[in-house]
Amino acid sequence: MTEILRIEGLQKRFGGLVATDNVTLDVHTGEIHALIGPNGAGKSTLINQLCGELRQDAGVIHLAGRDISHMPAHERVDLGLGRTFQVTSLLEDFTVRENVGLAVQARDGGNFRVFDRVTARRSVWEETDHLLAGSLLNDRRDSRAADLSHGEKKQLELILALATQPRLLLLDEPMAGLGHVETQQMIETLSGLRGELSMLLVEHDMEAVFALADRISVLVYGQIIMTGTADEVRSDPRVREAYLGTEDA
Amino acid sequence: MRKLILPVLLIAIFALMPLIAELVGKNALMTLSARILMYAMAAASLNLILGYGGMVSFGHAAYFGVGAYVVGILYSHWMSEVPIFGLFPGSNQLLVTLPIAMIVSGLAALLIGALSLRTGGVQFIMITLAFAQMIFFLFVSLTAYGGEDGIIIRRANAVPGLNMRDKTTVYYVILVVAVLYFAWLWRVVNSSFGQVLKGIRQNERRMEAMGIATFRYKLYAFVLAGMGAGLAGALMANFLRFTSPDMMHWTKSGELIIMVILGGLGTFFGPILGAAAFLILEFYLADWTEHWQLGLGIILLLVVLFTKGGILGAVDRLKGGRQ
Repeated sequence: MTEILRIEGLQKRFGGLVATDNVTLDVHTGEIHALIGPNGAGKSTLINQLCGELRQDAGVIHLAGRDISHMPAHERVDLGLGRTFQVTSLLEDFTVRENVGLAVQARDGGNFRVFDRVTARRSVWEETDHLLAGSLLNDRRDSRAADLSHGEKKQLELILALATQPRLLLLDEPMAGLGHVETQQMIETLSGLRGELSMLLVEHDMEAVFALADRISVLVYGQIIMTGTADEVRSDPRVREAYLGTEDA
Repeated sequence: MRKLILPVLLIAIFALMPLIAELVGKNALMTLSARILMYAMAAASLNLILGYGGMVSFGHAAYFGVGAYVVGILYSHWMSEVPIFGLFPGSNQLLVTLPIAMIVSGLAALLIGALSLRTGGVQFIMITLAFAQMIFFLFVSLTAYGGEDGIIIRRANAVPGLNMRDKTTVYYVILVVAVLYFAWLWRVVNSSFGQVLKGIRQNERRMEAMGIATFRYKLYAFVLAGMGAGLAGALMANFLRFTSPDMMHWTKSGELIIMVILGGLGTFFGPILGAAAFLILEFYLADWTEHWQLGLGIILLLVVLFTKGGILGAVDRLKGGRQ
């Protein structure tokens, strides 16, 4: 099996705090790989290093065999690395359709053109409408992003990331703050994408993790303490300890 | 077609102003109208980065002044027949001086933008202000070009086939350039690049995550804005037949920001209405009292507090449009 993502010996310190401590991890092509861990384990810090917003102190990141460790964030996107944000990060004044359209346009190119008409770029808008047609936001396409519900914003986050046609999608807590029904919808949407692309899923909702993940890695105090299947993780005493504390505590 | 009403109306008003001025016997009205056109261009160029791109540049008058000085310097070398740096001849041809003014002010914006766009927020405001002040003091100390007194341009630049000694002709030349400029700007804000720029204003981090190298786009907008201000400044030098460091004083940068906010930040026609409101208020309030800025200040305060979106925002609200 080939690897879409390989991380070796990744290190990140903030002053005295070691946020990422010698992390080595790989994501197989086509797999949904979950990354779990208690609050403050360094999950978001890890995601931000992968997508290039934070620079690691040491270690190497390979995307599809290519060293991207020192590449700026926007170039990693071109190579097929997509991400969603934990706190939704949208173009709030734009409509849903304009949000998706800009994401499609950004990937499609011609972004320096000053003499074309953006509304006349037919291939961009056809692809946009196609992406929206298969989504839960089809009826909300002309609503401003600012007017969406939290669950809808989370869906839009996902569509924006998909519009860049990623090979590997970094999902930073896509279920955070969602109600039960919305969580089920998100699980369905994500499992519908299984096989089309690889995912590294950071999530607290264990139900979602167990429903989706092919493999799970557990991050505690910046270290990966184990990687395995759902059953292996469930029965591992170290994981229990990390989440529930020691028996006598 | 309804979208065409406002631009056609504006062009008609500006085109008729010289006639109206003559009819009511107030030549000052034509001067006022010309100033509105030129300041509208400068404010609109600032609006491209401030309103559409979200970059609060507090040194925009620098490019306005540089554009004016290009005209002044080219003119003085043309008069003295001494080449600039012993290399380039001077010129009094508008079709030469305007493009050069745009190129030089664009280069100034490229340099300043490349350095200051690495920062953001308050730092960006202060750095653009600092660079503008440096340029201001540079021209104050350039005694070869009049220092603090500036350069007097005896005659407006020539245009083949036109009598540029006639003030009304100069006025119509300004109007034509302004209309062309706004038509160009309309294309830009509705282009692919314009869309990226609006995205950057709303959420730069998201744009990076879409694969956009935001710095390059911001710099491009910054240069386009500098060129627009340079063009307006070059026209101003022709109209006033004079250029001085006062044109790039930091208070001028502040006035441009006020015009943009007054008219409606990030709206296409806002800067035109803002410049008109500002200059008309100045014109009539200054007649009334020398403390006209007090009246202007109060009006600006009311606009910012109550209209949420400048004059255009208030118009939208009156029409029962969106909040």
